[in-house]
Amino acid sequence: MDASTETAAQSGALDATAPSPAVAGSNNARPASNAIVSNTNTAAAAVAAAAVEDDDTEGEGEDVAPRFEDWAGRWDHIDKLLVRRGPFAQPTFEPCVELRDFLLEQCRILVIGAGGLGCELLKDLALSGFRNIDVIDMDTIDISNLNRQFLFRQKDVGQSKALVAAEFVNRRVAGCKVTPHFCKIQDKPEDFYRQFQLVVCGLDSIPARRWINALLVSLVQYNDDKEIVPGTMIPMIDGGTEGNCVLRFLQFSVRLFVGLSFTALFCVAGLLYQGFKGQARVILPGMSSCFECSIDTFPPQTTFPLCTIASTPRIPAHCIEYAKIVLWPQAFPDRALDTDDPEHINWLYLEALKRANEYGIQGVTYRLTQGVVKNIIPAVASTNAVIAAACASEAFKLATGCSSQLNNYMQFNGQDSLYTFTFEYEQKPDCLVCSNIPLDFACSASEPLRALVERLSEQPFQFKAPGIRGLGKTFYMSAPPSLELSTRPNLDRTLAELGLQDGAFLQVADVAVPLPVQLKLQFRP
Amino acid sequence: MINLFSLKQQKKDAAAAGGKKTSAAQLRTQKDINDLNLPSTCKVDFPNPDDLLTFNLAIAPDEGFYKGGLFRFTFKIGPNYPHEPPKVHCEQKIYHPNIDLQGNVCLNILREDWKPVLSINSVIYGLQFLFLEPNPDDPLNKEAAANLRENRRGFEANVTRSLRGGSVENNVFDNCMRSGNSW
Ligand SMILES: [Zn+2]
Repeated sequence: MDASTETAAQSGALDATAPSPAVAGSNNARPASNAIVSNTNTAAAAVAAAAVEDDDTEGEGEDVAPRFEDWAGRWDHIDKLLVRRGPFAQPTFEPCVELRDFLLEQCRILVIGAGGLGCELLKDLALSGFRNIDVIDMDTIDISNLNRQFLFRQKDVGQSKALVAAEFVNRRVAGCKVTPHFCKIQDKPEDFYRQFQLVVCGLDSIPARRWINALLVSLVQYNDDKEIVPGTMIPMIDGGTEGNCVLRFLQFSVRLFVGLSFTALFCVAGLLYQGFKGQARVILPGMSSCFECSIDTFPPQTTFPLCTIASTPRIPAHCIEYAKIVLWPQAFPDRALDTDDPEHINWLYLEALKRANEYGIQGVTYRLTQGVVKNIIPAVASTNAVIAAACASEAFKLATGCSSQLNNYMQFNGQDSLYTFTFEYEQKPDCLVCSNIPLDFACSASEPLRALVERLSEQPFQFKAPGIRGLGKTFYMSAPPSLELSTRPNLDRTLAELGLQDGAFLQVADVAVPLPVQLKLQFRP
Repeated sequence: MINLFSLKQQKKDAAAAGGKKTSAAQLRTQKDINDLNLPSTCKVDFPNPDDLLTFNLAIAPDEGFYKGGLFRFTFKIGPNYPHEPPKVHCEQKIYHPNIDLQGNVCLNILREDWKPVLSINSVIYGLQFLFLEPNPDDPLNKEAAANLRENRRGFEANVTRSLRGGSVENNVFDNCMRSGNSW
């Protein structure tokens, strides 16, 4: 599979003045739907298939008045899934037309990332009937994006991905309201995220995925019986094509079924090829394993020992890393390296080349320099299409209940024919994010922090040396001595004086527990 | 199984009181800091106690080549901690086989051997060890390493000169001598 060919076909489909969005959509959805059918029998496959055939042989006879901007039959492909019961429907699924109204009018979905996956996601969601879509991305369009991020054109280079993508979809899909947000996800407050019923991530950044995952887990509220308050749980559908975590699972699963020799084979394959692997998963915060539960499956970025880079370079990457880590700060102590600036990259390239010649190392090129410095992993348009289609179909199923959802992790490898493996990733009992259900802690506004510390030393906590933080502040730490000393005066301040209110959260660390415990303060009247 | 359509009527409870969200990196750092158990030769201080992600370390070795010196490091903990190691930088220009003249530190657990099970405590012990047992086989300052390997007495004399702010091999070093017991 070749990325550029694939993309040409895709952007061609969207560029052409197609008679109706459904037709354009079917062209795009076809390769993806084939992949899904062979894999999980999902609803979006059926959506796409229905859109492709569009032959009206079903004759359900459901009389639906067309919406003001809708033409007759516009949503037939969706109605086929929503007004009748399919074999994979959830037990609570009640076929009805209102489901379509919910999808079209009420359901609000947030797409995080408007890059390779994001463009596919926006197109898939808009053509599956989601109309109230928000998209958030901090990046601007680079010329190198255009081969697969098909909502962008050459004239858009330098502009916000979120804005251009939203404009494109709004112009193209009648009635669709995509709202762009050109900023970091961290710039938005909790209340922003609380508006949505669903969050779909098409991100390549692990820190960003950790952040949104932790935020969504933190939004979940529990009632007195420790049950989730309905509506506070926002499902997160996470798509990824970086092809990293997949490898370890391949090893794991293949070892399980076949034996060790194949493990070795897949390891080699995994090291040689990148960009053909991906995964889609459904995270129900507070109910199923979260992104953080599986973070250990992402191997750390390849880093070379600093001493190797400095004294015994053997491969081109060692020379490039040397130019980046050692030579750049030496030459420009006051200028941060901008990996998007071609002049900076060129400087690194020339320095790395010099060093490579010194050590008789072949293969330092400008492209390699760019790749090493920016840690670029090749992106393949077809992988994006498959993963985004899987994610969009999960969004559709979660929103409507018309089919069983993915439980809960699907990995995909399109490198050598096609391989998918779906399994349930289990919640990690000591996950830093999702095992941390806040404990109610009775106290009063007028008692000093010291009283709280004393109660924490009793059952059930038995904390001997707690470190207490909350509201982004450090209230008390038992170690190190300097910090203990500077926070000690807080022990004699009352909770009210420390700015703590009823319902506030405290994080309490202690050697007794593997991670800080969350306390939710319950003030006595 | 979950179906948002059936939940939509109940959607959205009031905002919970709480304040800023705590990231996984922050939680883990809070745990690491509160569990610190340092030898008397190491001290940590926080310029801003509310920000546990940025702090300073001072090491005053009580034996070895560097006895009598006081070495300052800054720690910066990134949002991906503990899946990425803390960033550690030496604030002085010192003569050391494993620390270059810009303050970069070559310590295996700060790069290739970092694992999330390691902690800030382990990094501090690792740094202290570098002053007790400088390692000539992992050089960042190649001249210093060669010297240590081939001419221990010469190396020792160079360290002593550099610690007092003298120059070695045309490089002038920072005065790192501890004055008395107040540090
Ligand atoms: Zn978790």
